[in-house]
Amino acid sequence: MEMFSESILNRKNKRTQTLFRTLFMLMTLLLILPVLIILGTLIYKGGSIISVDFLFTDPIKGMTAGGIFPALFGTVWLVAVALMVSVPLGVAAAIYLSEYAPNNWFTRAINLAIINLAGVPSIVHALFGVGAFVIFFGFGTSILSASLTLAIMTLPVVIVATKESLQAVPEAFREACWNMGATRWQTIRRVVLPNAVSGILTGVILEVSRTTGETAPIMFTGAAFFLPFLPQSVFDQTMAMSLHLFVVSTQVPGVPNALPYGVALVLIAMVLLMNSISIAFRMHLRGKKKW
Amino acid sequence: MVTTADRMVTEHPAEVLPKLEVTDLSISYGNTNVLSGINLKVMPNEIFGIIGPANAGKTSFLKVLNRMDTFDSNMSFEGDVSFNGLNTRKLRNLYALRSRIGVVFPLPVGLPLTIYENVALSPRLMGTKSKVELDIIVERCLMRAALWDEVKDRLNSLGSLLSGGQQQRLTIARALSQDPELLMLDEFSIAVDPVTTMRIEDVLKELKKEMTIILVTNLVQQARRLADRTAFFLAGECVEIENTEDLFTGNTQDERTLGYIEGRFG
Repeated sequence: MEMFSESILNRKNKRTQTLFRTLFMLMTLLLILPVLIILGTLIYKGGSIISVDFLFTDPIKGMTAGGIFPALFGTVWLVAVALMVSVPLGVAAAIYLSEYAPNNWFTRAINLAIINLAGVPSIVHALFGVGAFVIFFGFGTSILSASLTLAIMTLPVVIVATKESLQAVPEAFREACWNMGATRWQTIRRVVLPNAVSGILTGVILEVSRTTGETAPIMFTGAAFFLPFLPQSVFDQTMAMSLHLFVVSTQVPGVPNALPYGVALVLIAMVLLMNSISIAFRMHLRGKKKW
Repeated sequence: MVTTADRMVTEHPAEVLPKLEVTDLSISYGNTNVLSGINLKVMPNEIFGIIGPANAGKTSFLKVLNRMDTFDSNMSFEGDVSFNGLNTRKLRNLYALRSRIGVVFPLPVGLPLTIYENVALSPRLMGTKSKVELDIIVERCLMRAALWDEVKDRLNSLGSLLSGGQQQRLTIARALSQDPELLMLDEFSIAVDPVTTMRIEDVLKELKKEMTIILVTNLVQQARRLADRTAFFLAGECVEIENTEDLFTGNTQDERTLGYIEGRFG
């Protein structure tokens, strides 16, 4: 008998292998099906309404016609202010947890709290935001209150992403620096952070895309049903894309069919755009690996 | 029995201050003791070899010498380590201590910086800003580490992407950039080819004129080639310390040392 001829066992293994590969592939295809259907429907039903005018004019006739500019503008505001709070706070916390914190019960408790914070439902964050920022701190229903609520909600994303990218920097690099007489901070600034910054940015972009779509946390804290003017400062209320979509889909009678689909399409396009940037960025950085 | 300290007195004039003096040192991780009862002196401008099988406590020993134990909450030591006659327990600025001690690890650690930045890092940390000064340091250290000719045209490419042997020489250049009084090498030749190893060994013989060197090695013959005195560590104790020549001509105090050197165990 030849040494490399197929035995019955070989053939059986091969068949099983094909079976499982096909099965897993079908599962994967099934997974992207909903995404394709959603996108397809949105483009089919709402694509016709998208135009430069739609993006850059105010809604008119009780939001049954016109554009979405105040909502688009408001969402950018909300996300920007939320980032200004959550990024410095989250990165600092992650640096502490990853580089300084001793491995004791206190640190473990903080880590646990962060994981739990990530699991808190957004409506609970919303109510917390009302209690803390709107009422207690007296910011009222405003961009500031809404953004702070969003910031707290997305803080775990920033912390976890930052921590992971810091910990991806090999420990040997830190030890080499410490052995030279570098302090922890010198080591972080010269060697650890420069090599973690790509991962941190990826986390931040993911946070942006999540913040963009959130509705519940801003509903009671700063986003308005309809505002005939743009916000002048962080203490004003604002319209927002996600809430606007909810309003034109369910709260206003007589909205033409294409309008909510158009709003949804713009919202999803914003999120996808941010995600694509994040992915492209990651691929670009993976291309120039440093060790 | 003649103690180590006695022998030191006879070999070196009393007025020469030991670079390093270790008294009753024992090291533990948590409740596990890895090294105990170490007493030794390392004199200026000598190469002090440490040989011994794995788990003898050699690396832990080095970690205490430059007080890296402060970065490992699990690690603790008893006894005293004096550097230039100063007890390192009483030093306020351990960063300054570490900056005077260069360390080379078993596996080369090229930092993810350019070759230039790898060598310029330590001077920068110490506050050197002048580009001219840094240029001089970088060139001199790379030359002394026998790496300059291979990298002088690509100083701005990443140090972490050099070959293993080159990275190890880069690590040595980086250690030299600290202008150290003491250079500690921990099995530096593990990831280096024999030719490069010989080149580095020649470098070490030169460096000895300017600094003190502690050479931990698992190659017994390397200790013989380089070390003035050699200590044999075994399972957490220092079995003996001898002039290297005595050690290799069979004049050992302890049967185990002879056995290790002749390759009967370890």
